[in-house]
Amino acid sequence: MTAMQVVFLVTAVVTLGGAVMVVTARNLVHAALWLILTLFGVAVMFALLNAPFFTVVQVVIYIGAISILMIFAIMLTRRVMQDSGPQVNPGWWMSILLALLLFGGLTWMLSTWTGFGTPLPDLPAGVDPLLALGKALVSPDGYVLPFELASVLLLAALIGAIVVAWEKKS
Amino acid sequence: MTTESIIWLLPLPPIVAFFLIVLFTNRSKALSHTIAVGAAFLSWLGSMVVFVRAFQVEHLGANPYTSVINWFPTGDTFFQIGVWVDPLAAVTLFFVAWTVLMIFIYSVGYHNFGQPKGEADHAGLQPHGATVTDEHGHKHRVPSIEPMYSRFFAFIALFAFGMYTLVVSDNLLTLFVGWEIMGLCSYLLIGFWYAKPSARAAAIKAFLTTRVGDVFMLLGLAYLYKTTGSLSYEVIFAEETLHTLVVSASPILGFSAAALIGVLIFIGTMGKSAQWPLHVWLPDAMEGPTPVSAMIHAATMVSAGVYLVIRFFPILSAGAEHGALTIPMMLMSFIGAFTALFAATIALAQNDIKRVLAYSTISQLGYMIAALGIGAYVAAAFHLVTHAFFKALLFLGSGSVIHGMEHGVLHTGEAIDPQDMFNMGGLRKKMPLTFWTFLIGGFALSGFPLVTAGFWSKDEILADAFGHGHLVVFITLALAALLTAFYTMRQISLTFLGGARSDSAGHAQETKWTMTLPLVVLAFFAVTAGWAGIPEHFPALGGLLPNWFHEFVGSTLAEFPKGVAFSWVPLLTSLVVALGGLYLGWMIYHKLPAGAEDPLKKPLGPVYAALKNKYYFDELYDFLFVRPALWASETFTYLWMDRGAIDGILHTVARVIFSLGSIFRNWIDKPIVNGFADVVGESVKRFGKTFRFVQTGRVQQYMVMALVIAFGTLFYYLYFLSQP
Amino acid sequence: MISLSYYLVFSAALFCIGLYGVLARKNAVAVLMGIELMLNAVIVNVLAFWRFRTPELIAGQAFAVMVFAVAAAEVAVGLALFISIYRRRHTVAADEIDLLKW
Repeated sequence: MTAMQVVFLVTAVVTLGGAVMVVTARNLVHAALWLILTLFGVAVMFALLNAPFFTVVQVVIYIGAISILMIFAIMLTRRVMQDSGPQVNPGWWMSILLALLLFGGLTWMLSTWTGFGTPLPDLPAGVDPLLALGKALVSPDGYVLPFELASVLLLAALIGAIVVAWEKKS
Repeated sequence: MTTESIIWLLPLPPIVAFFLIVLFTNRSKALSHTIAVGAAFLSWLGSMVVFVRAFQVEHLGANPYTSVINWFPTGDTFFQIGVWVDPLAAVTLFFVAWTVLMIFIYSVGYHNFGQPKGEADHAGLQPHGATVTDEHGHKHRVPSIEPMYSRFFAFIALFAFGMYTLVVSDNLLTLFVGWEIMGLCSYLLIGFWYAKPSARAAAIKAFLTTRVGDVFMLLGLAYLYKTTGSLSYEVIFAEETLHTLVVSASPILGFSAAALIGVLIFIGTMGKSAQWPLHVWLPDAMEGPTPVSAMIHAATMVSAGVYLVIRFFPILSAGAEHGALTIPMMLMSFIGAFTALFAATIALAQNDIKRVLAYSTISQLGYMIAALGIGAYVAAAFHLVTHAFFKALLFLGSGSVIHGMEHGVLHTGEAIDPQDMFNMGGLRKKMPLTFWTFLIGGFALSGFPLVTAGFWSKDEILADAFGHGHLVVFITLALAALLTAFYTMRQISLTFLGGARSDSAGHAQETKWTMTLPLVVLAFFAVTAGWAGIPEHFPALGGLLPNWFHEFVGSTLAEFPKGVAFSWVPLLTSLVVALGGLYLGWMIYHKLPAGAEDPLKKPLGPVYAALKNKYYFDELYDFLFVRPALWASETFTYLWMDRGAIDGILHTVARVIFSLGSIFRNWIDKPIVNGFADVVGESVKRFGKTFRFVQTGRVQQYMVMALVIAFGTLFYYLYFLSQP
Repeated sequence: MISLSYYLVFSAALFCIGLYGVLARKNAVAVLMGIELMLNAVIVNVLAFWRFRTPELIAGQAFAVMVFAVAAAEVAVGLALFISIYRRRHTVAADEIDLLKW
């Protein structure tokens, strides 16, 4: 058991445990907080995968913006949804079954794949992943087009969100 | 053009005219009468050409103009029809052509061509007159034009076709065709004013009565065909055929085939020529317009009956020894003579101007038949020709008189019968042309000596009767001649002489040239036609002109008939009866005042009533035949067969089909077809109702369902993929 | 040694937990949270594949960047929709938004 494996296991347990709490917490604010924890765990995962950029992006965007947004939404609708009463749909057992089934199926299917147990290769020497990513995202024969499109998408989402949530003065 | 071709073409113009008028020119009155008169003129022209050529031929009787074509196959041979003009047919063509043409021209004026339409005039009724306003604003009632003008000309054209066909045909079948066509036209024309009940009844009466005769005639024709195998003159009048007919026995005891055929054919003539007892239709036929009466019932159709028996003379007289009479001839002489006297007596008591002429026609036809019955072939033919001319003249003249009287009726507005002679009088001054022509016709009918055709033909019949010793016939015919002269003068006196007996007669007026021109032409023939047949042995005049008629027509027979030796008795008898009858009639009637009753009424007493009512024959026939026939048809045909059987079958069929229909509806249509449709609809609804719960509107449930199915399908698919 | 399988199993598990959250939770925001978990699992998956299979190519990371962007956009619009629905129907339970029910 190498140090990496230990770190991995701990992170995985924390993340998955947090995820389970997210989906089972009665109190929505608790769920949001557990979500933040889970997202932290995922950020650590990114780090383990030698993608530091994504770690930071995860923390900044997911935790810093999206989760806060969710908390805002929960707060704005606090009055209606009390923490009493069932917060799962009546057919929740079917969903568990389905999730388990999907997990089992995916795992089994992947296990039949030959590349399932690929060991960790070395990073290519002399190449800075971050720099390479940055360059790729803005170079014309790289990924500048998807990059720009993503920004257009965000613009559209921005405008769309404003329009959808616009309160009409009657 | 060869004469045979012309003969073939003679019936063509009238039938073409008929079709043209019926199909195309019915609307245009002027065009219709032009076509009809034109057709009559063309046929007249052809007939004159044929006649002129005919009497230039030597021995036309032995080799007549003939032409045959094959009509339909009968076994090995063909049934042939064709044309045949021998002397008899030639003279018949002559008078038929002239009288038909004259009557066609007369009809233009008779139906008031050029007059305005009457306000109350309606197709099917006699025209009632129109009101015109002259320049002073006075209203006059004038005669109006006949509404069914074109129809009339179509019918008489068809009739002319029938007559021409009958005259030129060379076999009894096409003769019968022409005969029947004329019968049809007679029906159509007697009932011309079909809205009048009396006209309709008269038309049916005419048709049915002649039909009785025609049935027997057809039996005769059939028997003839069976015995001889042919109907054409060439075969049946040949010596061998005649001999065969005489010696073969017929189904009736005592009658040879010739006798039976002769009797049957003669019964056909009895019907067509209105001899007793089938005479009842002719007086009623006066319901038709006067040109119809003239043409059909004086000049042509009734003459057709006499023409037939004259044509048939070889068979009628077959087997008789010289001078003796065969059975058909005996029958004919009896019926002919009887009818002549019978009808003459009835004519004495008739008041309607046309009725007198109708009975006169019956009487004169009786003369002809009696003449033929005693074997006077040429005399009968001669009287046929002359009678056609003067009787047509008399009828047309009476039509002119009636028109004049109607003019007076319209002028004065009197409500009298313009045809009743007792309302007339003094028309001599008002209608001079009509008077003189009518007088000529009347004298011809009476047999006024020397200058009228009737004298020559009647005298010949009387001479023949006396000369061959048929004294009963002679006396009967002489008496009939006396009565004929008497009632003719009665008619002329009442109509034209004396003073007017009614206001309408006072206001009568001469008719137009289209009506008076034919009168003049026919009067010419009424005077001169007789001079073609002056017997050789006649005192003073005989021998001046050859007896052309006797020579010509007599050559038709195989055995040339000898002329009878001259005797003073028949000549004096005919002079006495003619002049005496005329004088008596004039004396009694010429000064009859208005409102007076018939001077014959008192002396004759109950006999007068019998005469006036035609010896009650109509009532007798009604009782014997008409009522039982009506009853039988009501009961058997109408009630039992028609309503009971035929309607019964219909109703049963209807009921069966209806119940079949309801079975189909209730057992098949409703349960099966409707039911199926309903089941389909119901099951779809139920299916929908059951399964609609799937649609909850909740997205998460939709997702669950989608995932279940997606994963299921995916894993199933992959499982099968991993299988080898 | 950590092999690819570890990360794959991990991301599968995270994904399925997120799926359960989407399907079973009543509150709409909770559903959105589940969706976030699923998206995160996807990003982990993509990056694991990049790191283990083709670390020399930059395409994997670019792909992950795109997923991030899309996830962010989707959350923004989703929450806007959620607010709008809340204003209309005065409810936040997903199963009460059932106007398309039969």
